[in-house]
Formats: sequence, structure tokens, C-alpha cells
Amino acid sequence: MRFPTDLLAFIGRISLHFLSYLGQLAALAKELLIALRSGVWRLRLVAQQIVAIGYGSQGVVIVTGAFTGAVFTFQTYAKFKDFGVETTVGAVVSVALCRELGPVLAGLMVAGRVGAAMAADIGTMKVTEQVDALRVMGVHPVDYLVLPRFLAMMISMPFLVAESISFGLGASFAVSSVGYQMPTAWYLTHMVDHTNMEDLSIGMIKGFVFGMLITLISCHQGLSAENGAVGVGSGTTRAVVISSLVLLVVNFFLSILLNYVFPIGNA
Amino acid sequence: MNSRPEDGVANDVFIELRGVKKRFGAQEVLRGVDLRLRHGETLCVIGPSGEGKTVMMKHVIGLIKPDEGDIFVAGMHVNGLKEREMAPIRQKVSMLFQGAALFDNLTVEENVAFPLLERGVRDKAEVRRRVREALQAVDLDEHRHKHPTSLSGGMRKRTGIARAIIDHSECILYDEPNSGLDPIGSDIIDQMILRMQKRFGVTSIIVTHDMRSIFKIADRVAMLYRGELRFLGTPAQLRETDDEVVQNFINGRSDVTC
Repeated sequence: MRFPTDLLAFIGRISLHFLSYLGQLAALAKELLIALRSGVWRLRLVAQQIVAIGYGSQGVVIVTGAFTGAVFTFQTYAKFKDFGVETTVGAVVSVALCRELGPVLAGLMVAGRVGAAMAADIGTMKVTEQVDALRVMGVHPVDYLVLPRFLAMMISMPFLVAESISFGLGASFAVSSVGYQMPTAWYLTHMVDHTNMEDLSIGMIKGFVFGMLITLISCHQGLSAENGAVGVGSGTTRAVVISSLVLLVVNFFLSILLNYVFPIGNA
Repeated sequence: MNSRPEDGVANDVFIELRGVKKRFGAQEVLRGVDLRLRHGETLCVIGPSGEGKTVMMKHVIGLIKPDEGDIFVAGMHVNGLKEREMAPIRQKVSMLFQGAALFDNLTVEENVAFPLLERGVRDKAEVRRRVREALQAVDLDEHRHKHPTSLSGGMRKRTGIARAIIDHSECILYDEPNSGLDPIGSDIIDQMILRMQKRFGVTSIIVTHDMRSIFKIADRVAMLYRGELRFLGTPAQLRETDDEVVQNFINGRSDVTC
């Protein structure tokens, strides 16, 4: 008889923990909205964060996008050739990069690089009482620490997604034309014909949503850090893991929703 | 926000704690602390480590909310306020943290200027003048361009003090201002606290283990022991008390926690 009660207690504990976590994220989102509405945006800090988040993440996003585009083309070309439709590789790679691979891979890279930095920076400030020092000086930590990062992320993410897609397409084109000697016109014509603004819009919208989630989750981990360096370390790990998992799950539901709004194959 | 007459807080009282209780998990840190501090008074808080001295001080500025009891600062009911409503209290009260809590990404000068800039002082010459004044008061003017990571522990603490005094708050809370300082550095801090008290009538709460400082600067001394105020009186009364626990503590005899 102990087994079912223990199991129920375990499920109950996990559910309560999950609900409490969602509540904390909602409370942080509410404070962020209040900070946004206050109009005090500290543009110098926003600019500093754009450099750290946007400018600093370009390398990793470009390399990820380029090599994903290249390997995707390399793999699909061989299979498509069996069916005699290798000229459509450009179209398939382009739509896949715009709708899924570009935003998701850029999001995962940003979650790893920027999410970790946000959680570690804010977490260190929390455990060294710098966050309390802000509060004592009448500065709300969400206004000073979270809002500039949030705004910088909103501005940077669409550019990072666009870069990921562009370099992915560039590498795909290079593999097709240089590696497989596919005529340039075939590749480009199919790509342009089958990629439309809706596909690009989906990528950008996903970039925005992923940026919001990464900022919220990572800043929350930083602001909840406790127990010194160990707490900062585990908070940083949690920020990356939770951001990445949430991003993949949300991407699935967002894809369903956005495919409904912007149906695929209507080019 | 409650007003003074409604709450029965006397006019000359700047800080009042009524039956403040606080528990962290199973540990009961404060078990009903009652305390009144008059305008311009300097109170030193002593007691064994981990007995809730810093916790009590953080209650005064609203960093920690009590489980039970009430806290009034300048007539305002602190534990009735939300975080975003604390601004009026935090304009009157500033705090020096135990580890100084300086912002690592800012220079000494920028750290000290921070409260002024955040409170809307836009005149750059005025900010520069007041920063120089505060840094000179703690003998750190020549280090103003350094980052906190390149300062010694004592210098970091002095920078924290400069940041706490720069906007001429009515009340300053000091969490172990002398710890980690050499005797001369410690005396500089004591003199500065006395100067703030005499020149600006600043109300101060000082958590300290430095007995020499207490007898130099305190108007009254409170000893927190096992979550309660074991002693509250003048430094002269502290010397003469026949409470064995208090005597053991101030004379550094180790059976205080037995």
C-alpha cells in the first residue's frame, strides 16, 4: 500500500514545485511589465547589453547556422538525387532554415552563451549582496538588471536569427554549387520561388519569443541564487538547461500555431 | 503608510521595532525584539555571530520582512510597504554591507556616485564635488579610478562607507564597519561616524565586534543573544552590568554561548 501513496506524494511534490516555479516566473514577468511601463529604460545599459548579447553572439550563431545549412544540403542532396528532385534542395533548406533551424539553433546557442552569462552575472551580484545594495539605494533590481537585458535581447534576437538563416543559406548554396556542381540558377530559382515573407516572419517571431523566454528564465535563476559560488554555478546550469528545454517544447507548439496562421506550401 | 500619531510612535523616535520575530526554516533568529532609536542617536549592536544582528538591521531597511511584529522608520510602517513603495524610506536610510557590496563593473568613483545619479542629481560638477568630498573623508581619493577587484578589503569597506554617506541620509546602518581593518583604519572609520553624527545629526545603527569602537562612538549598546535583546543601555552601564553573559562577551570569555 505504501507504493501508490509514495508515488502520489512524489507526483504532488513535483506538481507543487512546478506550479511554484511558474508563479515565480509570472511574478518576474509582472515586475518586468511594471518596469517597461515606468519608462525609465537606462539606454546606456541597454546599449552595453546589445554589445554583449547581440554583437558578442554573432560568431557562435554564424558558425552554427553555416554548418547546419552545409550539412543539411550535403545530406539531402544525395537522397533527393535518388528521386531526381535534387534541384529542390535550395527550396527545402531555405524553408527549413527560416521556419525551424535558424531560430531554434540561434535560440539554443544564445541560451547557452547569453543565458548562462545572465544567470551567472546576476547570481554573483545576488550572493555578494550587490542586489540588496541596489534595493537599499531605491533601485528595483528588475528595473536595473532585467529590463536592459530584456530590451537588448528583443533588439538582438531577430538580427541573430536573420544571420543564422543567411549564413546557413550561403553555406548551403556553396555546397550545392561548388560541392555538387548544381547550376546556380536552379538552386536560386527554387529557393526564391518557395520561400516567402511568411517563412521569414515565422523565424523572426520565434526569435522574439525565444529571446523573451531565455531572458526571463535566466534572470530568474540569477535573482534566486543562494549559497555562494555553488548556488551561482547550479543556477547557471539550470538557466541553460531549462531555457533549452523550454525553447524546444515551446517551438513545437509555436510551430503548430504559426503554421495555422501562416500555412506552409502556399508560395 | 501609517502616520506617527496613529501608530503611537513618539515624535523624537526615528526607528522603532515592536515584537519583531523572524524564523528561517527551523531556526528562530529573532524572538520578539523591541527597540526604539531617537533621532541622531548612535546604537551599537553586539552579540555572538549568527545571533541575528544583521538580520535585525536588514529588517529596518525592508530587505527582510518580519514574520510577526512591526517596524517603523521615520513614522512609516516598513513591513506594510511593497518593494516599489520603499523609496521614501530608502531616501532617508542608507546601509554599509558587511562585504561592502560594491558593483564590480564600476570604478570606485562610479560606485560612490551611483546613489546620487539614481536619485536624479544631473549636475556633473555637483556629483564630482560630492564624490571627491566623500572619498577624501575615507582617504581614498587617489584610488578613485580603480575597480573594486583591485582594492584591499579595508579599501573596499571604506568605499562602501563613502557610498553610504554621499547623499547625506538621515540614518546610516553599518554592518561591521571595522572588521578587517587595521587599528588606524578602524579609528578613521570611528572618527568619520562621530563626524557624521555631530555635523549632520545622523542616526546610526552599528553592528560591531570591536569593543574599543563601542566605547568611543555609541550612545547606547544593545546585545542580541539567542534572538532576544539581552542588554540595552549606555556604554557605562555595559561596563558595570552584572549580567554574566554580557560580561563574558565583552571580555571575550568563551563560555558566553554555554
